[in-house]
Amino acid sequence: MILLSILLFKTGLAFTLFLITLGIAAYSTYFERKVAAFMQDRVGPNRAGPLGLLQPIADGVKMIFKEEHRPTGSNRILFILGPSIAMLTALMTTAVVPWGKTITIGGTAYSLQVADINVGILYVFGVVSLGVYGILIGGWSSNNKYSLLGAVRASSQMISYELAMGLSIIPIILGSSSLQLSDIVTSQYEVWNIFKYPLGFLIFLICAFAETNRTPFDLPECETELVGGYHTEYTSMKLGFFLFSEYVNMFASSAVISTLFFGGYHFPGMSLFPEGIAAILGIAVLFGKIIFFIFFFMWIRWTIPRFRYDQLMHLGWQVLMPMAILLIVIYGAIFSFI
Amino acid sequence: MQLTNRSKQVSNKEMTFSERMYLPAIAGGLRVTFSHMFKKSATVQYPEQVREHSAVFRGQHVLKRDAEGRENCTACGLCAVACPAEAITIVAEERKKGEEHLYREEKYAAVYDINMLRCIFCGLCEEACPKDAIYLTDRIVTSNYERADFIFHKEDLVEAVALEGRIDITKRKKDK
Ligand code: SF4
Ligand code: SF4
Repeated sequence: MILLSILLFKTGLAFTLFLITLGIAAYSTYFERKVAAFMQDRVGPNRAGPLGLLQPIADGVKMIFKEEHRPTGSNRILFILGPSIAMLTALMTTAVVPWGKTITIGGTAYSLQVADINVGILYVFGVVSLGVYGILIGGWSSNNKYSLLGAVRASSQMISYELAMGLSIIPIILGSSSLQLSDIVTSQYEVWNIFKYPLGFLIFLICAFAETNRTPFDLPECETELVGGYHTEYTSMKLGFFLFSEYVNMFASSAVISTLFFGGYHFPGMSLFPEGIAAILGIAVLFGKIIFFIFFFMWIRWTIPRFRYDQLMHLGWQVLMPMAILLIVIYGAIFSFI
Repeated sequence: MQLTNRSKQVSNKEMTFSERMYLPAIAGGLRVTFSHMFKKSATVQYPEQVREHSAVFRGQHVLKRDAEGRENCTACGLCAVACPAEAITIVAEERKKGEEHLYREEKYAAVYDINMLRCIFCGLCEEACPKDAIYLTDRIVTSNYERADFIFHKEDLVEAVALEGRIDITKRKKDK
């Protein structure tokens, strides 16, 4: 009976999470355009609905009703598989993020996490690296040299930064002696990880930008050199999936950043509130942090220009990687002496 | 020569270590973009809000009528000759008996076309006209899908007979 109710709860949670992710991603597109407009002293979308709030829906409808086109000589199955993988992997990441404190209803403890697997953070990295396949397959199956070049460029960028990203969180894993995200969050009850590992955070943040293909690392799409990048040949909703998965990824990485470095659902003075209220406030706080990071992604986008490709590789391999390794050595020494 | 006080001396000296960190510069950039979030936007919400043109704005042409509603143009062709873009086509006709209330002179333009795609809105036609007939107004030439729709015929150019349909060109007449 308890097992059934937990199962039901998890299914409901997964479904809610799915809807929330899609909703936030959809409204990030709107938010992005608004932020861009404000930063450039413009107004932004304001025609569809009050304040332009229906804009994402209008965009979606437009995307769906656009003409579908598949280039001749392209691989039919892989051409469809590309955007599907990109979207699927983007949506899978958030499954292991703990969204709040465990809540107890009628004697049963429900954890606000779809799957609390003991290799949580590895799962995140595994799923994120699968996202490369979406882009590479999409670019390759288009039967277009520019798409292929764009895809190769995108995937090599993502792979390069994945390494530094993985290394940058090893101090955290050492510190909390667990790969489980729920443990990492609870270990930040007193001090958030950002204060313990500021440099690690910086590396992680930069890599997160590169992983989500956001400016200044948005090399995969480049109109001046590669026509459009890996999605040159994509039209209609298939293109929509590629673009949309970027926003889903942005949401997911904001969630992961908040969880790893900003104490997840913890907030200062949490112990002052009674159990239940603290749990609910925690969820709100986590979403607040996530929204801040989504804003931060956009903020950076309208501030910093794009990297040159060799600079990008230089930064990834010759700056971030050694720095991350050095951090591991330093923190390793610290942890073994105390 | 210095046009603003915001220009910076450029040099290609080696960057110092703190400059090569880029992070302070990025933080500075973030501060600048963030401050723009709260500035007044420069947007003009066009269809609802129309920006006023300056007095010397040169838009779509009008062929004027005189106080009695007769067309001023006498099809002398000076405007077509003056036009550097050769945008104006005129076919002249003689005024018949009983048409005195339509045309002011004995000769009038039966066809008066301006190709708005060729016109560069220089206003030389207006300068050339000896009869006060053609003026450039503050109206904007509307967009179209077909090239042919950009050839404006006489009915698009001549102003209405009724007084309220007349187009005000006093701003352009000032120096004449
Ligand atoms: S404005 Fe200039 S280019 Fe246009 S019709 Fe008159 S003379 Fe020609
Ligand atoms: S508009 Fe003026 S210049 Fe042109 S033909 Fe008529 S009278 Fe002559």
